[in-house]
Amino acid sequence: MSLSRRDFLKLATVAAGGTAISVPIFKSVMAMGKKPETVASNIPTFCEICFWNCGEIARVENGKVVKLEGNPTDPSSRGKLCARGNAGMGSLYDPDRLKHPMLNVGKRGEPKWKKVSWDEALGFIAEKMTKIKATYGPEAVALISHGTGGSFWKYLLKAYGSQNSTAPSFAQCRGPRDIGYTLTFGAGPGSPEQIDLANSKFIVLIGAHLGENAHNSQVQDFVEGIARGAKLVVVDPRFSTAAGKATWWLPIKPGTDIALLLAWINIIVQEKLYDKEYINKYAIGLKELKEEVKTYTPEWASKETEIPADIIVETVREMSRYKPSVVVHPGRHTAWYGDDTQRSRAMAILTALMGSWGREGGYYFPTKVAGIPEYPNLPSPPEPQRLKLSGDWPYAVEATTTSLRKTTITGKPYPVKGWIAYDCHILKTLPNQKETIEAIKNLDLMVVVDVLPYAHIDWADVILPECTYLERYDDLKVGKGKVLSVTIRQPVVQPMYESKPSWWMVRELGIKLGLEAYFPYKDIEEYLKARLDAKSIRFEELKEKGTITFPDTANPFITSGNEPEFDTDSGKIELYSKALKEQGFDPVPKYKRPEMPPEGYFRLLYGRSPLHTFSRTVNNQWLWELYKENELWINAKRAKALGFKNGEYVVLINQDGARSNRIKLKATERIREDCVYMVHGFGHNSKETKKAYKKGADDQSLITRYAIDPLMGGTGMRVNFVKIIKEA
Amino acid sequence: MPRYAMVIDQRRCIGCMACVVACKRENNVPEEHYRTRVVEIVEGTFPKVRMELRPELCNHCKNAPCVYNCPTGASYKKEDGIVLVNKKRCVGCKACIAACPYDARFIDPRNGAAHKCTFCEHRIKEGKEPACVTTCLSRARIFGDLDDPQSIVSKICAEKHLRILIAEAGTKPSVYYLSLQPLT
Ligand code: SF4
Ligand code: SF4
Repeated sequence: MSLSRRDFLKLATVAAGGTAISVPIFKSVMAMGKKPETVASNIPTFCEICFWNCGEIARVENGKVVKLEGNPTDPSSRGKLCARGNAGMGSLYDPDRLKHPMLNVGKRGEPKWKKVSWDEALGFIAEKMTKIKATYGPEAVALISHGTGGSFWKYLLKAYGSQNSTAPSFAQCRGPRDIGYTLTFGAGPGSPEQIDLANSKFIVLIGAHLGENAHNSQVQDFVEGIARGAKLVVVDPRFSTAAGKATWWLPIKPGTDIALLLAWINIIVQEKLYDKEYINKYAIGLKELKEEVKTYTPEWASKETEIPADIIVETVREMSRYKPSVVVHPGRHTAWYGDDTQRSRAMAILTALMGSWGREGGYYFPTKVAGIPEYPNLPSPPEPQRLKLSGDWPYAVEATTTSLRKTTITGKPYPVKGWIAYDCHILKTLPNQKETIEAIKNLDLMVVVDVLPYAHIDWADVILPECTYLERYDDLKVGKGKVLSVTIRQPVVQPMYESKPSWWMVRELGIKLGLEAYFPYKDIEEYLKARLDAKSIRFEELKEKGTITFPDTANPFITSGNEPEFDTDSGKIELYSKALKEQGFDPVPKYKRPEMPPEGYFRLLYGRSPLHTFSRTVNNQWLWELYKENELWINAKRAKALGFKNGEYVVLINQDGARSNRIKLKATERIREDCVYMVHGFGHNSKETKKAYKKGADDQSLITRYAIDPLMGGTGMRVNFVKIIKEA
Repeated sequence: MPRYAMVIDQRRCIGCMACVVACKRENNVPEEHYRTRVVEIVEGTFPKVRMELRPELCNHCKNAPCVYNCPTGASYKKEDGIVLVNKKRCVGCKACIAACPYDARFIDPRNGAAHKCTFCEHRIKEGKEPACVTTCLSRARIFGDLDDPQSIVSKICAEKHLRILIAEAGTKPSVYYLSLQPLT
């Protein structure tokens, strides 16, 4: 979109074409003076287009959702919605939606769908689950989920006897940083991240592209911080939107972040730039840290990172001038190179040295107000008989998707025979699609619960069409930020087609499985009322307001009356980790140069567009329209040298010979020469999602290799190399 | 009588496009057409790069060429400064589209009439702000009344050096820009 007259001419031509097919109905209704009565209401609920779960108000006119706006009282939205949230009704009114329960009477991967009743679909699942339990035990059924409704499925599996509820949000996303920060501070950075960006004086983003990931309230705070004058360092091989606001953009060589971090830490301890009082009082291991990092000089780091040594020194000296009001953003998707927990450790150590954990303009402590109790007197689930699938990784606190997949293939330590994929595109979210398919082939039961027929449904035996978030109740959203907030999701319109909410599916299936004791409430309203009653919140009031917040008397920052607690072995911040040493890991992060792309290849990087959530929104009319296909970002000079033109279509081939769909080339000055970048989640191969079909390339199809994090089983996915060829 | 204006603080805009989608849903804008957009301008060569994000919309010009060039009187300017199109009078001749230096107008394929930003006049009447302003994640869009000296837009206009787009066109826009660099 530009301002040139040439573009204007283009636009005029399009419009002329449009005029010819214009339908005059509108004019004639107006001419007759008839304006139909509008019945309108404004109903609060919360968004599920992404996990930020912003509180919003839906304007419904004559039974149709016409507008979504942020609910001013909800702390995640503060009255604003991102582009995706604004387009939420595009998911509701998507003509390609899954409309009926269906059974696959063909083969997995080559499905033939038969429309069935809910009773038949759930009966089929119950029968299979009963058989699997009898033959292999309940742990043989597992869940892979993303999103609010997943909590019901997790509950069902627990009642059934399986602890194998996994989510890609751990091993493929924020697991490494949660573990890295917990090892250091005894707590993770939280979600939403407990960072006081609006009051920060110095912000460091390492690969975090705020703004392109439109995490609503966090973006608001980030911009506020910058507008109030915070200095900003952006460490990113790509000139992200955030880099456009930066005081320093450090176009780091991909994979060398730990080198930069260790050099920064070394300078800080050498020059005594850390917060001395804070470190003395709250941290242990400074001496050992100093010893461990002493060889990491700025000159050394400069060779690894390709960031000039003087810039490394300048940025860290400046950073320390603003301590403790420094936010080193912990990142969110942190599964990059397989050493990600240690990188997060380095970021946590840097945070500690700046004294910013528990300080204004740094990290805040979440409210201590008690949350909402669970539904009263639910029977406790059966005692787990076998360990959950967290692989051989000591810090895998959850069963992980990749352990589940491996176990499903090998049958070790025990067979897994049933998967339920809830709102989760397993082929797009897990690295190495072949392995995922191999695992699915070993199953006796594969259930997909979803709203849209993206390609993974082809691998299902049964499809359960869920209604969208605008048509259903879900469990409460309990937000623990600076204040405690409780937000309700409620249907703003009735479910379309035969779609049903998860709470209903889970309850019906539970009863068919003989687990009725676990579902003592007759419906979700009764369930929610009981939970809210325990906190003296009136259900009707919450339905009307959408969000209720509880003011907090506790201080989010350290004061003389508010001393911090660190839930680590030592009860202090651990700059040096004995626990890690005892497990055979580096007690202080070390740098190991990752494998670099071979001649003729680029490292494949991927990220987000503010217009899409992963692979889930590509078919949404109002988002698709603005960003229909992803593009391959390549350094303009390299593109020219290779004879590629901006805007032409190319194909990528990775080191293992995997080939992508065609993708449009974007030759730009905004990226280094040794890597290429694309927005994640495109290249859908299902004809059923008509708008998304074959638009752009699927980064995950090129991520055949992944590097496992030995601490917690994360899957580093930035370890693939691609070459570019002309579209055949 | 109010005199409506918008100040766009480009230093804050993060290019999230929330404004673009909010506008489309608020105003039922036809497919593949937009009343507002966010233009991205990149300058320099790697690694010395600079980027400008510029939200654009109808400038609600005081000296509006679309209004002067409209042969039927369908395009008109209200006293409060808002430039509108009377769909019933519009014959779809596109004179206004040709006259507008800002590409702010297009023909609505559903009814053949010129279509453009209204500053969400219907929302203003209800005491709300335009949809793009309400949803803007970074509070880069500020809307208000220049005749009210207490309004934020008046204060910014008094204190800051603001720019306008294509000043040489002499259109006297009601949309002002707060930016670090000169507009290109
Ligand atoms: S950030 Fe956007 S998509 Fe995510 S919940 Fe909020 S409005 Fe919805
Ligand atoms: S909503 Fe605000 S921050 Fe986002 S693109 Fe529009 S003007 Fe910029």
